[in-house]
Amino acid sequence: MTEKMSVKGGTAARAEYLLEARNITKMFGDLAANSNVTLKIAPGEIHALLGENGAGKSTLVKIIYGALQPTVGELSWLGETVNIANPAAARKLGIGMVFQHFSLFEALSVAENIALALPGDIDLDELSKKISQVSSEYGLPLEPTALVADLSVGERQRIEIVRCLLQEPRLLIMDEPTAVLTPQEADQLFLTLERLASEGCAVLYISHRLDEVKRLCHDSTILRHGKVVGTVNPQKETAASLARLMVGADVHAINSNRVSSPGASLLKLNDLNQKADGPFGVALRNIELDVRAGEVVAIAGVAGNGQSELFDAISGERLSSTAESICINDRNCGLDNITLRRRHSSGFVPEERLGHGAVPGFTLSENIILTRHSDDDGLSRSGFLDRAKAIAINERITKDYDVRKGKPDPEARALSGGNLQKFVVGRELDRKPKVLVINQPTWGVDAGAAALIRQALIDLALSGSAVLVISQDLDEIFEIADRIAVISRGQLSEAFPASELSLESIGLMMAGAHEKKDSHITEKASA
Amino acid sequence: MDGTQAIILTIITASTPLLLAAIGELVVERSGVLNLGVEGMMVMGAVCGFATAYTTGSPTLGIFAGIMAGVGMAFIFAFMTQTLVSNQVATGLALTLLGLGLSGLIGESFVGLPGVKLTPISIPLLGDIPFIGRILFGQDILVYASLALVVATTYVLFRTRIGLIIRAVGDNHHSAHSLGYNVIMVRYACILFGGACAGLSGAYLSLAYTPQWIENMTAGRGWIALALVVFATWLPKRLAIGAYLFGTVWIMGLYVQAQGLGIPSQFLSSLPYLVTIIALVIISGNKTLTRVNTPACIGQSFVPDR
Repeated sequence: MTEKMSVKGGTAARAEYLLEARNITKMFGDLAANSNVTLKIAPGEIHALLGENGAGKSTLVKIIYGALQPTVGELSWLGETVNIANPAAARKLGIGMVFQHFSLFEALSVAENIALALPGDIDLDELSKKISQVSSEYGLPLEPTALVADLSVGERQRIEIVRCLLQEPRLLIMDEPTAVLTPQEADQLFLTLERLASEGCAVLYISHRLDEVKRLCHDSTILRHGKVVGTVNPQKETAASLARLMVGADVHAINSNRVSSPGASLLKLNDLNQKADGPFGVALRNIELDVRAGEVVAIAGVAGNGQSELFDAISGERLSSTAESICINDRNCGLDNITLRRRHSSGFVPEERLGHGAVPGFTLSENIILTRHSDDDGLSRSGFLDRAKAIAINERITKDYDVRKGKPDPEARALSGGNLQKFVVGRELDRKPKVLVINQPTWGVDAGAAALIRQALIDLALSGSAVLVISQDLDEIFEIADRIAVISRGQLSEAFPASELSLESIGLMMAGAHEKKDSHITEKASA
Repeated sequence: MDGTQAIILTIITASTPLLLAAIGELVVERSGVLNLGVEGMMVMGAVCGFATAYTTGSPTLGIFAGIMAGVGMAFIFAFMTQTLVSNQVATGLALTLLGLGLSGLIGESFVGLPGVKLTPISIPLLGDIPFIGRILFGQDILVYASLALVVATTYVLFRTRIGLIIRAVGDNHHSAHSLGYNVIMVRYACILFGGACAGLSGAYLSLAYTPQWIENMTAGRGWIALALVVFATWLPKRLAIGAYLFGTVWIMGLYVQAQGLGIPSQFLSSLPYLVTIIALVIISGNKTLTRVNTPACIGQSFVPDR
């Protein structure tokens, strides 16, 4: 297997670069998503592609993977000019890609998912054996007959990687691979990638996380507004200098001068229990939490461990069985609906901004009415809407939170991810709620927008509100949180002061060290 | 031929058109498309099948014409929903209305004419076995074809690469597209297959079930086929059970009514729906299995980003 995985033949030795993208320009109407981009990757090199959201990273990668065609420019593979008409052609050359949003089929088994990416007719039993072999060889445990719907995000990513490995790739493209992993899982991934590189496979690594890039990558190309602004060796740069290249200015440092003693308790969860919602949901068990005025409490955890269930329980999307289990601003709210809870000066920002946080086909002002119609600012009077007021609020939010938009009041779907996130966060912050609960505040948002959102959350806490942040981004958590709790399999740990925790201790808790029923894990963890 | 044998033969002829139309729609829905135009495609198959068989005197040509009529109707649906990305529900409903109207127009001069009946196959020796010989070995070719289709569809969907691709497209068309599969073409092919099956089912009605043309002669069978697909949780085997169960209860109801036992006829005519729904709900009790077999993308239009 190892032999098969390594670069075939001696052709690679003759061409200096495995892949060269020369002077690539891609126009979408009048907008140049890529302009005159050149990228070179040598065999066995882990090459980082850095840039903010909308910098043109995914456009470039889609062109390399054959999903888009460049308007101008050419690709060459092992020194020969090639036309990559579609992803199948890219795979044939030896280019594999692990998408950020996995291209998996939930209703199919692991083996079936992998078979779909391989050419020709395939014997599933034989393939299953091959999968087991490759996955154990690279430390990526997988059960070929398992249904994707039953697997965790980390396991799903393994399917994507194994799927690429079985195609014996010479270039592996990874799009934001660690966004969904625990630190330990990420370490395992880095080992796999380093091993692949040592066998001659090149890796194009897309990430926002500069420390990862510094640690893993040999070379990096930095994009800003569709243009290459630098090709640097990340190991010789600092995270700050890389960020400066990406953003084009110094990233606004978070100012976190805190009040030393938090005030009264504003959000309280008392023995919150909830049954799992269907076969793929997570049950919440004995959740206790206390968020006080003036502090930011963060909940860390790997995706799918009950974060969205907990969010739904606190926001009122799912009602609790007792009123006492959730207490907002001294009122037992467990049985109240979302609007009633909002009236008690609380705000909620869900994880999925498009579809959950905002209605895609509604304008921004209409989306403002949807969450704020019961506020005191008179958006709705005896059932009639005051649209002028909504538009005025929209103007205020877009100005305060730097939401960049084309039209004055566009549909929510017309905004880019980062700008829409600033909008949905700003919409709640603008109300100055006493309690704010926010799930994944900066998921998939570029560094500039993330800094703005994080600063806004800290400022809200400083003004005397209680802020609860659910996040999978540990850097973010350490940046803004006063206290940190970890959720795993529907159980929440005690919230410890951030200064007492390290990445390692959180990683162990994410793996379930605090769970009550699994005492053996705790023993292992402490050993 | 005794009474029981006659009932069983009627049940088979009553169930076959349901099974034919439903197995086609099952494949369509597996690919993520909801075609509510089954009734329209079926009735067009019936009128074209009848007209061709009457004019040429050949039931074989009639069957072929029925299939082509279904395919033609399905092509309209495929072009509207896949190429022009129209709403599938609205387009399907329109297709049914179009089919019912157009078939009335085409069939106007054929109303009341004596039809050409598709002759049953009679296998020597085996067909002479008392009682079961006629039932098992004396049916017309379309009855065997419908059962063969169930087996073939099961095999193709779950044992071949083509079937895997069809299921993948129905489960997540974005993923299928990013792996390089042509979602639109896969769906075109499935829709046309569904049209062929619906057309064949219609031709069966006007050539074998009641060999004549009556306006609206499908009488809602297309809708029953659609419902059977859902209640069978998109599994061909369950679909066959459902279709035959429906046919059985339906014919038994007619039989009981003819005996004049005083059971309200409204109850008897609603009984097949009731029994089929209950039975299929019971056998589809496994929620995980149901979730896995439900095409997640059903009814959603797909537009590749270019």
